[in-house]
Amino acid sequence: MEISRWALVCILSSASTTPAFAADAQKIFSQGGANPGAIACSTCHGADGLGMPSAGFPRLAGLPADYLTKQISDFRSGTRGNPIMQPVAQALSEDESKALAVMLAKMPSPAVKPVNRAHAAKGPGEILALRGAWDRNIPECVACHGPSGIGVGATFPPLSGQSAQYLKSQLNAWRQQTRKNDQDDLMGHIARSLTDTEVEAVSQYFADLSK
Amino acid sequence: MKSIIAALITFNIISMACATETVEPTAPPNSPNPAQNKAPTFLPPSEETLPDNAYGRLVQQGRAIFVDTKANASEFVGNGLNCTNCHLEQGRKADSAPLWGAYTMYPAYRKKNDKVNTYAERLQGCFQFSMNGKPPPADSQVIAALTAYSYWLATGAPTGQELPGRSYPEIPEPAGGFDLAKGKAIYAKQCSVCHGAEGEGQKAGSDYVFPPLWGKDSFNWGAGMHRINTAAGFIKSNMPLGKGGTLSSDEAWHVAAFMDSHERPKDPRMIAGSVEQTRLKFHANDGVNLYGQNVNGVVVGQGTE
Repeated sequence: MEISRWALVCILSSASTTPAFAADAQKIFSQGGANPGAIACSTCHGADGLGMPSAGFPRLAGLPADYLTKQISDFRSGTRGNPIMQPVAQALSEDESKALAVMLAKMPSPAVKPVNRAHAAKGPGEILALRGAWDRNIPECVACHGPSGIGVGATFPPLSGQSAQYLKSQLNAWRQQTRKNDQDDLMGHIARSLTDTEVEAVSQYFADLSK
Repeated sequence: MKSIIAALITFNIISMACATETVEPTAPPNSPNPAQNKAPTFLPPSEETLPDNAYGRLVQQGRAIFVDTKANASEFVGNGLNCTNCHLEQGRKADSAPLWGAYTMYPAYRKKNDKVNTYAERLQGCFQFSMNGKPPPADSQVIAALTAYSYWLATGAPTGQELPGRSYPEIPEPAGGFDLAKGKAIYAKQCSVCHGAEGEGQKAGSDYVFPPLWGKDSFNWGAGMHRINTAAGFIKSNMPLGKGGTLSSDEAWHVAAFMDSHERPKDPRMIAGSVEQTRLKFHANDGVNLYGQNVNGVVVGQGTE
């Protein structure tokens, strides 16, 4: 009895630490996960992980692994709502999600035109990005998402290298509060203070930086 | 194993739900900063009104130095900060020490160096202390450009009058004094997402996006922001970024004290390597600060170098 309990502990601990047991990320990405609901990522996000702009499916390639695992977790919990992605996230195991995130983070992302804060700002998109709209307490987008919106750490995702369709859909999700997976409403309050014109313009601005 | 994961996920969901609940009693979305909506403040000119001539280009150069200081005035910068980290909205924002509120108040006597300072000397002080660097010469291009930028932002502002929104607001100290433990908890919950768990800031590539708040790449012990009362005023009005006015005055004081209880680059005016002598001469009568004080068993002020 005592021996079998120890044997069980050993099996469990080795399963959680040995890489040989880890999910095959490439296979999940191109063929799907163990659960049939976890359809292949490449179906919507493209074989190169760069997304499908016309359908609004985002680029995953090159995003930080911790950001990706948090999004999967948030799709599961519902703090980030999406009718397509939520069931997929539910169907992915924790191991599969982690393995995918590590692999996706290493995939190449598009080149981005460098624009620093000193750059002259023309048009509503660039003005919002580089100057903000402080009369509404909206900081410069680049103050948190980094120069050219390349993203900062695991919390502030890249804006450049995403399509205008995706960026717009996310800003609208923040506005409608179907996406609310930020800390202290940091992004939510900004999105809700934007006009429709600004949402269009700033989405287009960051999308154009990787063209 | 699965049940452990499930338990962890559940815990995360619960803690997220709790975190969401605690932020709900903030102001409505259109006015997340009630402190700033109280009185109309001076409105600096908009960028598109700048003329395309030598003057306009000098002003633009000043703005470029202001928002990207390391890249545009590198030889005078000794840390990871930019002017606009403490002077938000490119130096335009009320209650964030806007340039339009400063420019019109110089020349002025400053207790800090016990003399009448020109505006150029005031700018030099920023580089020496807040930027932990070297003061640009008074006749340098950097000072000329920053002066032109300040002058332009103050277009139409009355000279020699303390305008509403200048500097950082004075906010009352907590009745029982500041509390470093409370400050630490506030920091972990509201600040570390941007500034890092150890106040180290965050970079994109090699450049800081979120400024380091203490340690070798932050402002030095001679900077005004090392005063807890000054930092509390800045934090209360402006932090978290875009959500100024959401912390209580007490919370701002606690978290300012926590930030200013850490070691940072030494005071460049340090006397004979002695923290105590430096404290007596420069810090004993300089607002509320922890320079030369014992913080958790260590006297702070020696500097990070």
